[in-house]
Amino acid sequence: MDLTDLYRQVILDHNRSPRNFGRLVPADAEADGHNPLCGDRLHLSLRLAGDRVPQLRFDGSGCAISVASASLMSEAVSGKTRAEIAALSSEVLQLLTQNGYSPPHDLGKLMALAGVHEFPARVKCASLCWHTLLAALAQPHATVSTE
Amino acid sequence: MSLPASSLSNEYLDGAGRLRAERVRADFPILARQINGRSLTYLDSGASAQQPTQVLEAVNYYATHQHANVHRGVHTLSQLATSAFEGARENVRAYINARSTREIIFVRGTTEAINLVAASYGRGALGPGDEILISQLEHHANIVPWQLLCAERGARLIALPLSADGQVEVDEFHRHLSPRTRLVALAHVSNVLGTVLPVQELIGLAHQQGVPVLLDGAQAIAHEAVDVQALGCDFYAFSGHKMYAPTGIGVLYGREALLKAMPPWQSGGDMILTVSIQGSTWNELPYKFEAGTPNISGAVGLGAAFDYIRAIGRPAIAAHEHELAAHANELLQRIPGLKLIGTAPGKAAVISFTLEGVHPHDIGTILDHEGVAIRTGHHCAMPLMDYLGLPATARASFGCYNTHADVEALARALYKVREVFG
Repeated sequence: MDLTDLYRQVILDHNRSPRNFGRLVPADAEADGHNPLCGDRLHLSLRLAGDRVPQLRFDGSGCAISVASASLMSEAVSGKTRAEIAALSSEVLQLLTQNGYSPPHDLGKLMALAGVHEFPARVKCASLCWHTLLAALAQPHATVSTE
Repeated sequence: MSLPASSLSNEYLDGAGRLRAERVRADFPILARQINGRSLTYLDSGASAQQPTQVLEAVNYYATHQHANVHRGVHTLSQLATSAFEGARENVRAYINARSTREIIFVRGTTEAINLVAASYGRGALGPGDEILISQLEHHANIVPWQLLCAERGARLIALPLSADGQVEVDEFHRHLSPRTRLVALAHVSNVLGTVLPVQELIGLAHQQGVPVLLDGAQAIAHEAVDVQALGCDFYAFSGHKMYAPTGIGVLYGREALLKAMPPWQSGGDMILTVSIQGSTWNELPYKFEAGTPNISGAVGLGAAFDYIRAIGRPAIAAHEHELAAHANELLQRIPGLKLIGTAPGKAAVISFTLEGVHPHDIGTILDHEGVAIRTGHHCAMPLMDYLGLPATARASFGCYNTHADVEALARALYKVREVFG
């Protein structure tokens, strides 16, 4: 177990300068995510166009892993369809929890999260944004908690 | 700090009466283990302290030589178990200087003790418009039971503001005590800031108005002098696992006159005198509040933990911890971007801090990687975090077994955090 597996340059960079940080007003769908254990709070706001999510923004406060994960997610899902997002989230959630998981598709920069599974206490930090996104898509004004 | 002559000579102290931490450490087997390939630096005693061999052996001896149910049988083991259990109660009474063992109620921990007072005393004492006074720095265990009680009784929960360095001020307390205040519930020592509240003064003021005071002693019992008669408190709650005893055992001290007038809260076996289908009568104190088979081995472990603290000498432990905290303060203040949270004079050996640009959770992970165990997060004190405008802090807390090498390992690991995060 190596610290640099968790805190890769991509993660540190997205933590320092999160992409798509802020809030869409008005938004077509929103959701709040809480991680009561560490106090992470995340707000997602989405623009919807038919079956697609052309734009997504997030804000809140959290650790480097949760901020970077949300930032990476916001880049990865922008412009994708609901079905594509569902498939992608399932692959990312497996990447976060399974040792030696190799995703069927190239996950690009999201692969920076591959080291998280070695740090079980941090899986919730990285998965919070994905659960929150799924909640926003399922129900336009949702709140999720990792506990 | 001057120590009584009697505590100046034991195997745990050097010739000057100072604690020999290396000798103390040898009693704690867990401290010898490695974490992530490094020696363990345990700085999370505020969450749960480790147990010395003396406690582990007392619990094991009880289980292998004395165990049976208490207060029930005429057979030898039941008598041995009862005398071990009641012996532990007397040990607790003596340590906190209660007048009688009738005032010592065994519970699961501080949380259960406070819930007991809320459910039993609180229901009888509060009506619509009445007030319970707490402070902004309380642990959730000393907030939420009162919220539930207030909602049930139509009463109000009032939280005292804090000074800039994290203290509850006597003047503020005086201002917030009202003719409607029916109960005051305060931490003896803050679990986040380490502030030692001026409890004796506050209790004096509350008593002038006839208002009883509960102290949450979870963070105080292993460090501060706890003499319930000198403090004058009406209730005192603490947990065994913060004072080198096992989890699942704790104590509620209550003034006998109050406990006598209070109704039972949980019911069943052991807490009754007679039971018929038409009705039942209650057992005497403290059994009225101990329904069901208690945590006997936990109580035995708690007694052994008090013996252990006595064997070293609590003032020597406190002096040692303060010395470590002062050392830590000095090293930590040199780390770029590090801010200490809670700086009240005379505070306990609990150090909360933030590091600019790094979330406490990331600090916790990197420190763990270096073998350093600290607590990170809101510390079950979300109202305090909101008050401070922080989502979370990192917290190092010290126990009798910590050394200056632990302090240095903490500082080294924090430089590592700076290295990773730039």
